[in-house]
Amino acid sequence: MDVLDGGFAALADPTRRAILARLAQGEATVMELARPFQMSQPAISQHLKVLEDAGLIVRRAEGARRPRRLAKGALDAMEQWLAMLRRTLEQNYDRLDQVLADMQEDTKGESQ
Amino acid sequence: MSKLTLKTEGDTQIIVTRRFAAPPKAVYRAHTEPNLIQKWLLGPEGWTMPVCISEPTPGGMIRYEWSNGKGGGFYLTGEYVELEPYSRIVHIERMHLPEPTPDNHVETRFDPDGAGTLMTMRMTLPDTQTRAAMLATGMERGMEASYVRLEGMVPNG
Repeated sequence: MDVLDGGFAALADPTRRAILARLAQGEATVMELARPFQMSQPAISQHLKVLEDAGLIVRRAEGARRPRRLAKGALDAMEQWLAMLRRTLEQNYDRLDQVLADMQEDTKGESQ
Repeated sequence: MSKLTLKTEGDTQIIVTRRFAAPPKAVYRAHTEPNLIQKWLLGPEGWTMPVCISEPTPGGMIRYEWSNGKGGGFYLTGEYVELEPYSRIVHIERMHLPEPTPDNHVETRFDPDGAGTLMTMRMTLPDTQTRAAMLATGMERGMEASYVRLEGMVPNG
């Protein structure tokens, strides 16, 4: 899935994920997106370019306005990304279960 | 079936719980001693933590560096704030991707649960916007910079 491959690097940045979360509520212009993030418009535009190149958002022209909205497939990409994060968290704790079991073994060994 | 739970509380918090078979002392040690942290806080298969600094005293430094062995990597820095062996840790952390993410204030509790431990980790982000970034669309399930990274993300704790 192209959106996913190109999308992961784009999704690695918290500001970009926040932008996508905002766009999930409806389209918005650069100015509207910049406001809640307290970032300059050029900084936001740079993030939007990354998201656009990754195929996660699209823009349309409406007079002088260029509102952005989520691309088809962007939500799936985010869902899958979050599911991967959760799986990684679970992998960590599964490994921790093993570390804890080994610690218990060591303790038993010492007391013998 | 997953033993992990993730939920949000208020505008800025994320709460993770997980049960472990070992007693609180062991789970606490595995969260604070570098040689133990390096064995499990690794993220996806193939990643390692070649550098692990953990000074579990108030004001003590935290620095975790991850590598995928192919030139990819990222790191996390933080500071311990409060420690109550073996029941509670408060620390602050941020990921460097390489731009630092907003500070994540984390309280981790280790409560006895039968012969084991119930771990409750409460993360407080600076504002709703930052939390929203952590919890995108289906959001109750999402957790994030704080924990994981793929192609750029991995875990911290």
